[in-house]
Amino acid sequence: MDDKTIMAIIADVMKEMGVGAPAPAAGRAIPASTGPGHLRITETGPAEKGTSPREVVIALAPAFGGARTATIIDLPHDQVLRELCAGIEEEGLSYRFIRVFRTADVGFIAHDAAKLSGSGVGIGLQSRGTTVIHQRDLAPLSNLELFSQAPLIDLATYRAIGKNAAKYAKGESPEPVPVRNDQMARPTYQAIAALLHIKETQLCDPAKKTQTLRVEFV
Amino acid sequence: MRSKRFEVLDDRPVNKDGYVTEWPEVGFIAMEGPNDPKPSLKIAGGKVVEMDGKTRDQFDMIDTFIADYGIRLEGAEAVNAMDSVELARTMVDFNIPRSEVVRLTTSMTPAKITEVVSQMNVLEMMVAVAKMRPRLLPANQAHVTNVRDNPVLLAADAAEAALRGFAEEETTVGIVRYAPFNALSILVGAEIGRPGILTQCAVEEATELNLGMRGFTTYAETVSVYGTEPVFMDGDDTPWSKAFLASCYASRGLKMRFTSGTGSEVQMGYAEGKSMLYLEARCIYITKAAGSQGIQNGSVSCVGVPAAVPSGIRAILAENLIAMSLDLECASSNDQTFTHSDLRRTARSLMQFVPGTDFICSGYSSVPNYDNMFAGSNWDADDYDDWLIIQRDLKLDGGLVPVLEDEVIAVRNKAAKVLQAMFRGMGLTEVTDAEVEAATYAHGSNDMPARNVVEDLKAADNLLKRGLTGVDVVKSLVAGGYSDVAQNVLNMLKQRVVGDYLQTSAILTRDFGVLSAVNVPNDYRGPKTGYQISAERWNQLKTIRQAVSPESI
Repeated sequence: MDDKTIMAIIADVMKEMGVGAPAPAAGRAIPASTGPGHLRITETGPAEKGTSPREVVIALAPAFGGARTATIIDLPHDQVLRELCAGIEEEGLSYRFIRVFRTADVGFIAHDAAKLSGSGVGIGLQSRGTTVIHQRDLAPLSNLELFSQAPLIDLATYRAIGKNAAKYAKGESPEPVPVRNDQMARPTYQAIAALLHIKETQLCDPAKKTQTLRVEFV
Repeated sequence: MRSKRFEVLDDRPVNKDGYVTEWPEVGFIAMEGPNDPKPSLKIAGGKVVEMDGKTRDQFDMIDTFIADYGIRLEGAEAVNAMDSVELARTMVDFNIPRSEVVRLTTSMTPAKITEVVSQMNVLEMMVAVAKMRPRLLPANQAHVTNVRDNPVLLAADAAEAALRGFAEEETTVGIVRYAPFNALSILVGAEIGRPGILTQCAVEEATELNLGMRGFTTYAETVSVYGTEPVFMDGDDTPWSKAFLASCYASRGLKMRFTSGTGSEVQMGYAEGKSMLYLEARCIYITKAAGSQGIQNGSVSCVGVPAAVPSGIRAILAENLIAMSLDLECASSNDQTFTHSDLRRTARSLMQFVPGTDFICSGYSSVPNYDNMFAGSNWDADDYDDWLIIQRDLKLDGGLVPVLEDEVIAVRNKAAKVLQAMFRGMGLTEVTDAEVEAATYAHGSNDMPARNVVEDLKAADNLLKRGLTGVDVVKSLVAGGYSDVAQNVLNMLKQRVVGDYLQTSAILTRDFGVLSAVNVPNDYRGPKTGYQISAERWNQLKTIRQAVSPESI
C-alpha cells in the first residue's frame, strides 16, 4: 500500500461524504499505483447450498474485486483468486464463488461460505487480503486457519491456503500453513487497514442475500 | 534537490509508522470530537429518561444497558450539572480522597466523564491515575506465546516470566486447536517460576470459558465489548450476552475482566462519527453495568488507529483513567506494537509506568517479539534490562525484578522437565530430552526442534474429548514425581472455591494470599502516602547484575 493509493481511498470516501479532498501528505517518495485487476465478476442470483462433497466455497467481502482491486500490499485480486483456485485444483477439488453482503467481518464471511459448501469447508476473503478457512460445524468466531495479518500474505501463501482448504474438505488433517508474524505490520498498516475496512463496510447491505458469482479472469 | 537533513529524517524509524489526518465524519479522531454528544441526564421515577442528548425512546441498546445498570443514580443529576473543569480538578487534587471521587465519577454519564477527562493534560491525568488505581501496589502482566505453539518452550517461558515478577500471564495461539496445550503449558510453567501466578488463554470466547471451567486457566480477559451497536452485532453479541458470559465465569469462581479500547469501532468500520474516546467510555460503562470487576483497555490491539491521529496517546491514558475512576481494575494495555521508534514507544509507556496501574502492561512480551502471537508487544524479552534499569533510574516499581542467569536456566529446565512428565502422565504427545534441553537455553522458537504438529493437534482435541480437567493435571504431576508443582496447581484450583480473588484488582502472593482493592486499597493522598517501595523491595529492584561495585576495584 503506497501513499498515493491511501490518498485515493481517502479522497474517494470523502467525495462520497461530500467533504473536500485532504491536503496531500508531505514527504515520502510515491511509487507507481496499482492498475485495475483482471477480473470480471457477475452476480447470478442468490447463493444456494451446494451438494457436492468435493467443492470448496470461496466467499468474497463486498469490495473484493469490485470497489477494490488489490490487497493492502497491492497484490492484484485476480492473482489472489488464481492462486486459491490453483491450490484447490491441485487437490482435485472444485470451487465456487459467492459474495456476502450482510457483513464485512471475515470470520462470518468464511463461516457463511462453509455453511453453503457441499463439503462444509469454505474460505472467506476481505478485499485488504485477510483470509479465513472455516468449517460449518465450528463456532463463527472459531476457524480452521486464520490469516489475520494481511500485509504478510503473499501469493504462495494464498496457494497454500487453497490447497489446505481442499485437504480439509477431503477429510484430511493437513499441516497448517505456517503462521507468519511481523510485529511491525501494525505500526505501518493498521490505520490504513482501518480506512480500507471502512470502505468495505460502507458497501455492506444487511438486506441483500448472499449471491452466487461468476468469476472470469480476463 | 532534496535537503540532506530531510533525507536523514525520512529514514528514521518514526517515519516508518503510519499517520492519518483527523477525519471526524467517520470517527477518525481520538478525543474531543465535534460530533460527540453533549452531556445530559434526566431521571424520573427512579429511571433515566434522558442521557447525553437522547431521550429514552431514542436510546440504542447500549444506551439502554448503561442507563439501566451502569450509572449510580443517587445525586447523579447534580453531579452531571457540575462544571467539568471543577470535576477534573477534583480528580487530580490528591487532597481529595479516591473514595470521594468515585462517588462523583460513577454517577457521570459517558459523555460527561469524557468531557471531564478531556480537561486534563497528560501530567494531570497521570496524577489522577496514581490516585484512582484501585489496588495499592502496581503489577504487571506477561504475554507467553510462540509462533510454533511449542508447548515445551511455553512452559519454560512461563516459568521465567513468573520468576521475573509478572503477576499474570496470558497466552494465545497461532493455530486455534493448540489452545488446550498452550493453556496447560503456561499453567504449570508459571507455578514453577513463582507460586500464585494467574494464567489465561485468549481464544474464541466459548473455548476460553471451556478451558477455564476445566481448570486449565485461572482467569479470563478476552471478553470484548464495543461502543456502537453494529460492531456488537458483527460479533453476534449484545451487552446482555456479554453480561451472561461474565456471570458464567463468576459462577465458576473464575476471575475475569472485559476488554475494549479506543479505535476498535473505527477499525471495524462503524464508529458512527463519534470520537474514539467517547465510544470507549461507552465500553467502560457497559463493563461496569455488566458487573465485571475490571477491564483491559488502552486501545490494546487497535493502538495503530489512535496512534495515527493527533492526541491519540493522550486518549489512551484518558481511557485508562476513566476505567479506574469507575472503580474497575485496569489492565492498561501497553502491550501491542504501534511504532518503529524506541523513543515513541517509551514515551507512550511512561504514561502508565510512572503513576503505576493494576497491570502496567497487559501484557509485556516475555518472549522475543517474533514469537509474540498478539502481533507483537510494545515491550519484549529483549527489553528486560531496559525496563529494569528504567525502574532503577526513576525509583519506580514496574512489577519486574532483576534475576540471575543461573536462576533463569534452572526454572526453565524444571518447567520443561515437568511438562515432559505431565504430557506423559496425561497420555499426550512425546516431549523429547532434546526439546527439554533446547527450551532451557532458548531465546525463542527458532532455537527449538520441530514437533509433529498433526499429532499434537490430535492429542489436544482428544484431551478435550476425554473430559480431562485440572484435577488430571494435578494427578499426572504427582505421578511424575513433582508433588510441589502439583500442590501449587491444586492451590490455584482451590482459589475458585474460596472466591476471594474475584474481588476487584486481585492478584496472589507466592503464599496464595489475595491482594486486591478490598484488602489493600490505594490510599494515595500526595507525597509519602499510597504505595511506598519498602527498603527490602528497593534493594531488590536496584541490584542489577551490570553494576560495578566500588569494592571490586
